[in-house]
Amino acid sequence: MKRFLPIAFVLVLVTLPLWMRDPYYLHMLVTTGIFTIAAMSLNLLLGYNGQLSLGHVAFFGIGAYTSALVSLGFDVDIFDYTIVHDPWPPVLGFFIAILVTGVCGYLIGKLSFKVRGAYFVIVTISFAEVVRLVALNWMDLTQGPLALTNIPPIVLGAKSIGYVSILGKVPSYYLVLGVAALAFLLISRIVHSRYGRAMIALKENESLALACGIDVTKYLVFGAVVSAAMAGAAGSLYAHYIRIVDPEIFMFMNTVTMVIMVITGGKGTLYGPIVGGLIFGILPVGLRVVAGPEVQWIIYGALMIAILLVLPEGIVPAIQRRFGLSAGNESKERPPADKSLVRGEQAL
Amino acid sequence: MEELSQHIANAIILGSSYAILGIGLTLIFGIMRVVNFTHGELYALGGYAAYMVSTVLGLNFFLGLPVSILVGALVGAAIEFILLRRIRTSDMDTGMLVMIGAGIIILNSIQLIWGGVAKSVNTPFSDVPVVVGPVSVSSLRLFVLVAALVLIAATYFLINRTKLGKAMRATFQDPDVASLMGVNIGVIYTATFAIGSALAAAAGALLGPVFLVTPSMGNMAALKAFAIVILGGLGSIPGATIGGFILAFSEEMGAGYISSGYRDAMGFLIIIMVLLIKPTGLFARSERVG
Repeated sequence: MKRFLPIAFVLVLVTLPLWMRDPYYLHMLVTTGIFTIAAMSLNLLLGYNGQLSLGHVAFFGIGAYTSALVSLGFDVDIFDYTIVHDPWPPVLGFFIAILVTGVCGYLIGKLSFKVRGAYFVIVTISFAEVVRLVALNWMDLTQGPLALTNIPPIVLGAKSIGYVSILGKVPSYYLVLGVAALAFLLISRIVHSRYGRAMIALKENESLALACGIDVTKYLVFGAVVSAAMAGAAGSLYAHYIRIVDPEIFMFMNTVTMVIMVITGGKGTLYGPIVGGLIFGILPVGLRVVAGPEVQWIIYGALMIAILLVLPEGIVPAIQRRFGLSAGNESKERPPADKSLVRGEQAL
Repeated sequence: MEELSQHIANAIILGSSYAILGIGLTLIFGIMRVVNFTHGELYALGGYAAYMVSTVLGLNFFLGLPVSILVGALVGAAIEFILLRRIRTSDMDTGMLVMIGAGIIILNSIQLIWGGVAKSVNTPFSDVPVVVGPVSVSSLRLFVLVAALVLIAATYFLINRTKLGKAMRATFQDPDVASLMGVNIGVIYTATFAIGSALAAAAGALLGPVFLVTPSMGNMAALKAFAIVILGGLGSIPGATIGGFILAFSEEMGAGYISSGYRDAMGFLIIIMVLLIKPTGLFARSERVG
């Protein structure tokens, strides 16, 4: 059971476009996948670092804008200098987006981890809002409300093997699935490493972690950098898939969507954001038949409150406890092997 | 010079409403340790209450303010009674997330009821501005200033001079001891949240007629309220009062002399600067951070 479930899940995901032909459903799955990647990255901060960051959409949006601008080209005047950038291949845009958002994550982390709790939350919201205002007002670079349009799709391949343009639903689906799988593996490696244990330790008890010699700011900033870079990757995928980016991308509601996914699925678990992402990605398909967008949001809000009041840990930990499926990836669990514990202590 | 005094006059008027917004938020945080993410929505609700009274029902404009205060207080009390009471022992993050959920519900309910189109509130004031020396101000804005100052004074009176205020201050200092002294903490929490919400709604009823009433008017208002309380220090009422005026001044000066597009960014620049220089804010006790 323990082994079978993830394998079956992966099989379903891989074969899905073969038996799911409806472009609308495929589109829903692609955007769901993109938001799930963002939710997974948020989970690193929210679930493992224990910091409620409500500005996460900033990294998603910066990733989208960076990738779009790198592949579209731009020329801007900064003071007396004119910077002209010719269009580059979108793949480079993807990697530069990861780099740029990672650097942003580092700077914002350094600044905002000076404070905790309510202050931290407000700082992160403000950061996202500043970025939105810049995107709205820096017309030379971002076209402001006119949006960046005609963003080219990602092209994969090399000279020797030929090129594939990721245009349309099915190729995009597999690209998003691939990136999501990479993100999942990366997070799971981090969580089970010394870095992950340090992050969980300082989430559980910051003073104690500090007293044990864990450099709290270092691990918080590390989490922020990885998380931001991953959100930037998701944003880049979004830009090249939707092919239009405007300042609306920075809406607070997008952050809320990610937060709802993580909280519902179960923060601080590896599978939580995926379960939450799928629920809130697929729920609109059923809901839109019976309810307008406002009612949908009211239902989301009510669902979020209900989860927080009834199942504060989220769905995945609840199911694991119910069926005794301790899959060995629980954050609350001690590291599985004694060996790793000893190694961790020596290193610290 | 004339331009400068005009900016100062505008800033004072705007700042008085900002101060109300900030006081409401900081009061709730100080006493209940809850970051009220419904603050912006209550602000919008106040604007719509004024719109309903003045434009839809055609009643007296001046009735709009008390009605919106009442609506804000009732909705606030309901939120406290239905939601916050259940999560009083949970950590602060859970409280914030529950309030975000409540905010989403109120925002979308507003949009469902009144639609997304901006509404204007009818006022009995003439368009002819009042000219005092180098400064000209519309009479509506003068009314907003006076009403806001009265509300600020009333809030200070309530907190510093009444029995309820004394119980609130006691709860602020130590809920357990206050409870031992016979203060009904549950009632204090409901009252605090109702008062804070009423102040947000009042700010909406005051600024709604000046600008326009839209469902999303609260988003920016909430962010500004956050900036104000970070500036003044979370939980500090004098901090929020002064913070409101400082924010209005920096917005006016920023819009007037730098760029009007970044007017709304001033608050966030203030937040970043406060964090770099004095993370506790101007007036809060140091224990509030960390």
